[in-house]
Amino acid sequence: MSESELNLLYSEIEQELRASVRELLAHRCPWQSVLDRVSHHAPAEVTDRALWQELAELDVLGLFVPETLGGAGATAREASSVAEELGRAVAPVPFLGSAVLATGALVALGTAEEQVRALLTDLAAGQRCATLVVPLPTAPGSGFPSQVRADGSQLTGTVPGVVDALSADVLVVPALGAEGPGLYLLPADQATLSPVVSLDQTRPLAEVTLTGAEATRVAVGQQAVDAVEAALLTGAVLLAAEQLGTAEWAFDTTVAYLKERVQFARPIGSFQALKHRVADLWVLLAQARAVVRHAASALAADSEDLPLAAALAQAFVSEVAVKVTEEAVQLHGGIGFTWEHPVHLYLKRAKSASLSLGTADRHRARIADLVGLPPAP
Amino acid sequence: MTPSSEAPPDAAELRARVAAFVAEHDPATTDQTEFLAARYDAGLAWVHFPKGAGGLGAPRALQNVVDAEFERFGFVPVDREGLVIGLGMAAPTIAAFGTPEQRDRFLKPIYTGEEVWCQLFSEPGAGSDLAAVGTRAVRDGTDWVIDGHKVWTSLAHRAQWAILLARTDPDVPKHRGLTYFLCDMTAPGVTVRPLRQMTGEAEFNEVYLDEVRIPDSLRLGGVGEGWKVAQTTLMNERVSIGGRPEPREGGLIGIVSDLWRSRPDLRTRGLHEELLRLWVAAEAARLTKERLRQQLAAGQPGPEGSATKLSFAELNQRISGLELELRGVEGLTYDDWTFRRPEKPDLLGRGPGFRYLRAKGNSIEGGTSEILRTIIAERVLGLPPEPRADKDLAWKDLPR
Ligand SMILES: Cc1cc2nc3c(=O)[nH]c(=O)nc-3n(C[C@H](O)[C@H](O)[C@H](O)COP(=O)(O)OP(=O)(O)OC[C@H]3O[C@@H](n4cnc5c(N)ncnc54)[C@H](O)[C@@H]3O)c2cc1C
Repeated sequence: MSESELNLLYSEIEQELRASVRELLAHRCPWQSVLDRVSHHAPAEVTDRALWQELAELDVLGLFVPETLGGAGATAREASSVAEELGRAVAPVPFLGSAVLATGALVALGTAEEQVRALLTDLAAGQRCATLVVPLPTAPGSGFPSQVRADGSQLTGTVPGVVDALSADVLVVPALGAEGPGLYLLPADQATLSPVVSLDQTRPLAEVTLTGAEATRVAVGQQAVDAVEAALLTGAVLLAAEQLGTAEWAFDTTVAYLKERVQFARPIGSFQALKHRVADLWVLLAQARAVVRHAASALAADSEDLPLAAALAQAFVSEVAVKVTEEAVQLHGGIGFTWEHPVHLYLKRAKSASLSLGTADRHRARIADLVGLPPAP
Repeated sequence: MTPSSEAPPDAAELRARVAAFVAEHDPATTDQTEFLAARYDAGLAWVHFPKGAGGLGAPRALQNVVDAEFERFGFVPVDREGLVIGLGMAAPTIAAFGTPEQRDRFLKPIYTGEEVWCQLFSEPGAGSDLAAVGTRAVRDGTDWVIDGHKVWTSLAHRAQWAILLARTDPDVPKHRGLTYFLCDMTAPGVTVRPLRQMTGEAEFNEVYLDEVRIPDSLRLGGVGEGWKVAQTTLMNERVSIGGRPEPREGGLIGIVSDLWRSRPDLRTRGLHEELLRLWVAAEAARLTKERLRQQLAAGQPGPEGSATKLSFAELNQRISGLELELRGVEGLTYDDWTFRRPEKPDLLGRGPGFRYLRAKGNSIEGGTSEILRTIIAERVLGLPPEPRADKDLAWKDLPR
């Protein structure tokens, strides 16, 4: 399929999925409850496993997992619509670690191996959670991670900034061994997980330390390299969808506030200085939506264009989400600076996400590479 | 008669009609004007226009299907750039408000390109505030007598016809005293003078209207309803989405990217950073336009159309600015300052200095970027209007 033929609209099925996820989140994950969790829970307890289970019951955790591997047999397009909703709610669930990065790596193995299939089935069903053990800032195209060494089946190394490790039952670990790159599975309790106080409290991070931990190798050589790259590309695309949702919430909430807040005896939204700022944000969001749809379609179609589409999505949408949430804070005035107003949850999510899976700058450099615009000497 | 010939045609039927049409008129051997005239008669010009007016009463979205289908058969009309005002603005307005006689008289030659149109809207005292126009139209028997001064009239030097907004009642608030006319540019009393632009050439003109007589049969819409009619024109001006996807690097960004590739000697780090930022922004804007195109084709038009003009204006300006910086010493030169009157706007065909200067007009023509932002905020996002001083005052009493 050529890049220009990629469908940039939402299908009816996607719209239905989105509506059911939105409804669930409205009941189970209003911002008040997210704020409550981050205010009163330690990092390891912020993640809402019960909500995760309810999402599993909607059948939205294994959307791009083939049916033969226990998934829903849909595509990344549907997963992308779900990611938008999760971003919209800043839902504290292990979507990125478990349903995207770990699942992405395992699906890419394309294996019929029983252990992998059983794990994918459990991940899609929300029975178990997993994550990919790489530092969250790792960008696609940056080479095989080298923090962990494999000595036979024993893994040793320390990996900082691993997302959703605290709620994981299984760790998917890229490691370098005597035979080169390999992908390993091990129970999370075989590793030392040190919780990190994260900027985005809704997305807990941990440092993962492995000291000769016993693991099972599920891929070696190029297959392992490809699986990690596929996971990161999947992550870049679906994270962009989530960033879009985050930005949209901040935007909608801000526009509503501009209509309602009165100063100088008129709604502040009647001031042109503010109108023009939100008009610019609206334009950026319309563009971000097109870019995200394009990337999701490229991922779903396994297009040759995927690396470029994913880099574009991260280069563009990361900056849009940060800009929109920053403006949301400013346009809310003092209330926007308080802990009790939820906009900070969105700012923190957007800013953290912009550093995750590669900064916009990294992705621009990748684009330069892919389209042949080499840097100055 | 089968019922389906009464119901508006769907995409499949339109494809069949195009195939049948092309079987009769070979695009390879038929002269373009003749081909377009036959296409108009077959209702395949603007399929969403009524039957007998170049269309078939089909949903607007299906125009894309027809254009794509003709393209598939190898028919892509050429030399249409100078016709944008006729095709994009006059035609939809005449289709919406014209009498049967007006449609019969004007739509076909607009479509074939035999008659060129211009837009006599802006005046020295009425640009963004278009509803303030002061050109007077006074009734005299079956005619109207027009006196006034229009400016920035693109391609008036080529046009046979104009859409004209004039004041018929100065004693009521400004939006209510306007009437819309179709003006013969060859009529006595019409004087067109070139207005030289910063680019050196004159795409646009000043037009003096001195006791120009327009028969009442060339009034479009009711007396005093000019503002409503003009809204249709302006909406169409701002939404121009082509029938086919634009290729990646299709516009100015392609020119600059190719320059970067072919001239390693020009590369610097800072410019690389800026080039990549603009590449990303241009690609996002292109995909947005493509998404809008797909929305239209699927019959789900979105308000995103107003975003595209805003973003393309800014991109054209930034990219053309970067191109000059990149070219270094060549960026100090200019291709041609001759005072010419071009046949059509041409951003890509001229030198980089021209591109830089011409792009400055992109955020002014067809509604300034500031006005577009206000429109997005108020009409799309529903933010409250600013308090206004001019709404209920008679036009003649407005401060100026
Ligand atoms: C290349 C080119 C081709 C053109 N072709 C045609 C044509 O064929 N026919 C035709 O009729 N006209 C044409 N125009 C005219 C064009 O539509 C007007 O120039 C435009 O609408 C702006 O009006 P103005 O020049 O009077 O500027 P003004 O309205 O005086 O604006 C001056 C500045 O003030 C800002 N401003 C004005 N009002 C507001 C407000 N309410 N809020 C915030 N900012 C505001 C504007 O954005 C601008 O920055 C053309 C212009 C150009 C540059």
